[in-house]
Amino acid sequence: MTFSQLSTIGRSASIQWRVIHALLMREILTRYGRHNIGFLWLFVEPMVFTTGVTILWTLTKALHGSTLPIVAFALTGYSAVLLWRNMPARCIGAIEPNLSLMYHRNVRVIDIFLARLILEGGGATISFVTLSLFYIYIGWLEPPQDILPIVAGWLLIAWFGSTLAIFLGALSEKNELVEKIWHPMSYLAFPLSGAGFMVDALPPEAQKYVLLVPMVNGVELVREGYFGSQVHAHYDLPYMIGCCIALSLLALAQVAVANREITPE
Amino acid sequence: MIHLDHIHKVYPTRAGDRVVLNDISFSLDRGEKLGILGRNGAGKSTLVRLVSGAERPTSGEVTRNMSVSWPLAFGGAFQNALTGLDNVRFISRIYKQKTESNIDFVYEFTELGAYLREPVRTYSSGMRARLAFAISMIIEFDCYLIDEITAVGDAKFYEKCETELFGKRRDRAMLIISHDLEYVRKHCERFAVLHEGDLAFYPDFNQAHQAHLHNLHIGEN
Repeated sequence: MTFSQLSTIGRSASIQWRVIHALLMREILTRYGRHNIGFLWLFVEPMVFTTGVTILWTLTKALHGSTLPIVAFALTGYSAVLLWRNMPARCIGAIEPNLSLMYHRNVRVIDIFLARLILEGGGATISFVTLSLFYIYIGWLEPPQDILPIVAGWLLIAWFGSTLAIFLGALSEKNELVEKIWHPMSYLAFPLSGAGFMVDALPPEAQKYVLLVPMVNGVELVREGYFGSQVHAHYDLPYMIGCCIALSLLALAQVAVANREITPE
Repeated sequence: MIHLDHIHKVYPTRAGDRVVLNDISFSLDRGEKLGILGRNGAGKSTLVRLVSGAERPTSGEVTRNMSVSWPLAFGGAFQNALTGLDNVRFISRIYKQKTESNIDFVYEFTELGAYLREPVRTYSSGMRARLAFAISMIIEFDCYLIDEITAVGDAKFYEKCETELFGKRRDRAMLIISHDLEYVRKHCERFAVLHEGDLAFYPDFNQAHQAHLHNLHIGEN
């Protein structure tokens, strides 16, 4: 690669970052406005959700098939759900309200998605980390045994969530069915996503099938980090990564189609 | 220079594919001012969006060797839920401009005052035009794409546009679409008529005008 090619790539990267930054600020303003706590809603909202679920599960003594503390169980499970479920929800139909901004040639479909994904992923992550620290501080939670698997599992779920989001978001431009179907699909996928159970607690025949759901592998990894030797986590990382790569390619292909077909208003 | 090479644009409609631009090629040099006439729905705005790069042609290629503005049109360019100022900030960020000095200029040029802190969706088309025009005057382009924008303002705005665009920036290239034929005649030196996907060039305004009038009245006796 010659120097001029490198500098071209550098220039493109700086333009793209500028555009994504501008879109980020625009999203924050239209979503949260300048009223009451404004931008803080980004992570306060998921925190309220997760805390609510944690309390509910604690009160009902949710059957999760192990002796693990329910707080830690709910926190890891529900935070992960917010991560993979909210990203597609925010990206489906994301292009339409931004069509007029695409009058500026450097604003492209992928930038709109990336800006929303950074916000959504950031919000879920801040919520997860803050709640963990807070629960540890007030004594609801033991500190995690190993941070690294938590980070790895979290990133894998985020990767899965964002590529799914970009794929569905680009597809939803052509077909409004995507929006209609995603809602029930995500709702039905929730109990299968590993948020409410440990794979180890399932019958062996079921384990094999439930691990085919990509999110489950990520959630298991996060829990291995949290509970360490207390649990026997099951996951298939090559499978999960393979799913993410395949989905990434599909997503980029669909974005290329959207780029070609879009008419700024 | 901007060069369009065998541009085709097809839009899918319920009644099948509709060819809006059919094999269009032309060049626009630095400093050159091209006026395009055509009836409503002829594809003039589509052509401008393709030149700007906001939209892709179905086939063919657009080459831009100078900086080109976004289409200065009625709609577009702004996010309606944001205030005028937030839109100025957005566009300043995208084009790597100093936000604060831009805001001062926009206040002064648009004379929109407190409205700049209200959402753009509450603006009239004249107010939008002023905002769009002011922002595009901060960012210096080699070529301006003008899609009717100057036609909606009041007399004072019109004067300001004349000074900024045809006074201070008379050395720039422009592609102008307008139904105000006098405006096109006054400011352009090349003329073309877009009709049924074809872009025909005419050596002088009168011939272009004749062809345009003819197209307007096709189907009548």
